Amino acid sequence: MTTVKTIIRDAPVEVCRPWLRYDLRHDAWTSLARAAATEGQVLLALWADTMKVHALFLDHADLTIVAVSTSAADGWYPALSPVLPAASLFERMIHDLWGHRAAGATDMRGWLDHGAWLLSHPMATRPGPPVQPDEPHHIDPDDAMILPLGPIWGPLDEAAHLRLALDGPWILQAEVRLGFTHKGTLALMQGKSPRIAARFAARLSGDATVAHSVAFARATEAAMEIQAPPRAVALRIAMMEIERVAGHLDTLGEVARLAEAPVARSQCGLLRETLLRASDTAFGHRLMMDCVVRGGVAADIATPGPHAILRALGDIASQLPGIRRLHDAPSLSSRLVGVGRAGGALAASLGVGGVAGRASGVAFDSRNGFMPEYSRFAPRVAVRHDGDAAARQHLRIFEIEESLRLIGAALGDLPDGPVTVALAPVSGEGIGCAESVRGTVWHWLRLDHGQIAAVFPADPGWGLWKLAERVLEHAVADDIDLIRASLALPASGMDL
Amino acid sequence: MSPTSPPEPVDPAALDSLRARLDEAAQTRLGRSLAIRHINTGSCNGCELELRALHTALYNLERFGLRFVDSPLHADVLLVTGPLTRNLKAALEQARGATPEPRWVVAMGDCAVDGGVFRGSYAVLGGAGVAVPVDLTIRGCPPAPAMILAGLRTLLEANSK
Repeated sequence: MTTVKTIIRDAPVEVCRPWLRYDLRHDAWTSLARAAATEGQVLLALWADTMKVHALFLDHADLTIVAVSTSAADGWYPALSPVLPAASLFERMIHDLWGHRAAGATDMRGWLDHGAWLLSHPMATRPGPPVQPDEPHHIDPDDAMILPLGPIWGPLDEAAHLRLALDGPWILQAEVRLGFTHKGTLALMQGKSPRIAARFAARLSGDATVAHSVAFARATEAAMEIQAPPRAVALRIAMMEIERVAGHLDTLGEVARLAEAPVARSQCGLLRETLLRASDTAFGHRLMMDCVVRGGVAADIATPGPHAILRALGDIASQLPGIRRLHDAPSLSSRLVGVGRAGGALAASLGVGGVAGRASGVAFDSRNGFMPEYSRFAPRVAVRHDGDAAARQHLRIFEIEESLRLIGAALGDLPDGPVTVALAPVSGEGIGCAESVRGTVWHWLRLDHGQIAAVFPADPGWGLWKLAERVLEHAVADDIDLIRASLALPASGMDL
Repeated sequence: MSPTSPPEPVDPAALDSLRARLDEAAQTRLGRSLAIRHINTGSCNGCELELRALHTALYNLERFGLRFVDSPLHADVLLVTGPLTRNLKAALEQARGATPEPRWVVAMGDCAVDGGVFRGSYAVLGGAGVAVPVDLTIRGCPPAPAMILAGLRTLLEANSK
């Protein structure tokens, strides 16, 4: 019986702190995908550099990470998508950016490249001429009405394109196309020092700017084998949890707006604004953009900061029971129960974590197991099994409560000392993670004498959109906006 | 007069004066109001977060007569966020084409103003001004809600003159 463990046992390794990265031959790579699918291991990310393709797997059972690579030197590598559907979007992205073709892939259409760039495969050693804009070839069921949505969507939404086949009000099929907000972030990060590149990591996704910055900083620190000082670590925890509370309040409010619950919506909006003003006082930026740097945090918390934050937390704590009651009342709960139901097995197989995963029974939160700095606070993680919009709203309310406790604990017992450490321009490879408002973000990078040789940030969006396609099937077209808001579907973070 | 005879032609002078009065009344009543359509041309969603804050009771955008609409067809103002990605240039041009005259384009946030940190990327053209004429810029990364509000109110004042 070939298992993941036996396949990687004899493979040559490279150091990818804090783990090892196993270099697999093409046949071993394919058997590993099959073994991973049988054992229920989850594909977290699939990415490339100019020579190789890398994959990151998570074993839920014993919370271990397996990083593997295979050669793409001849311009191709064996596809993972036939056995791991979660790989499909990644394979399309890898082809668009590096030009490596996934042999035997289920889908090789463009993803990020819409034929509008002046070159193709911008991350390859030798980029090619521009590609023709590809025609969306869809398997549209006969007689179905096709409803295209986006890329410019509802007010204040991110750019995404959804193509729906309808039978009356019912959605038969949903297909997503992203890449509209592709900004060439990886090319901009490459060749720069982590200090400069952090500005791009912070702008991958505005509502997860702290999480992406922390994951990027942790990957850098892992590669350099240094650790941020205790005071910076505690401040990072406070920032990450503030971001989670603000993000959850935003989503709660958006879902309430779409479910026509104006009271809940305005309460959430007001509380969120109070918190953002407090983080402006404490950290000098409302969204805490650029506040996390490699080796620590950009600046110490301002003197009136802790007081301002604790006051905002008090406001939130006092109004949260009211918001929960509104969600329990029939007017709102009858609108949310059963809407956008995501099955647990599906969510797990697509590697969906975060609120969307935990509402469907996937008990994974990277704060427990992969972020040792959290261990002294012991974050409590709740799991629901209904998998619908109502369950997700309730989980968000629970997570806000828990984050309030964590922020209070982190700020209440702030260690003294410096907030950054000095860094040397060394070479190395590292992986870092952080739990964002939507799930875990993973950053991988390789440093060459202090400069970024290769980098990849994996946003939770990769799994979430695959899940959304399946959740939308058999939903009612009128619920699209509600489902989108409830799953908190992102675009920019995975458009790179 | 028989009921089938054609109606008398209207007096052109009366028509003109009535039209002028109607225009004036409309301008007085509706001139201090702007319908805004937000267009994301590659934003990281930070600007959208701050736009959403404008709806809270603390800013209460609508008391100034500013409101967000769903379609460019109903908009006076296109509020553009994000660096202009090559993949969204056509979408921005289409949205502007669908907006009735007179139309204003506001570039909000450093990215929409000149591409921000993403300037020079193979996938980014620069600010919104590369594709469409921009009437007002609001700087910041992202601009705070109070700054956005101040910018939009300038437009309101200019419009009501």
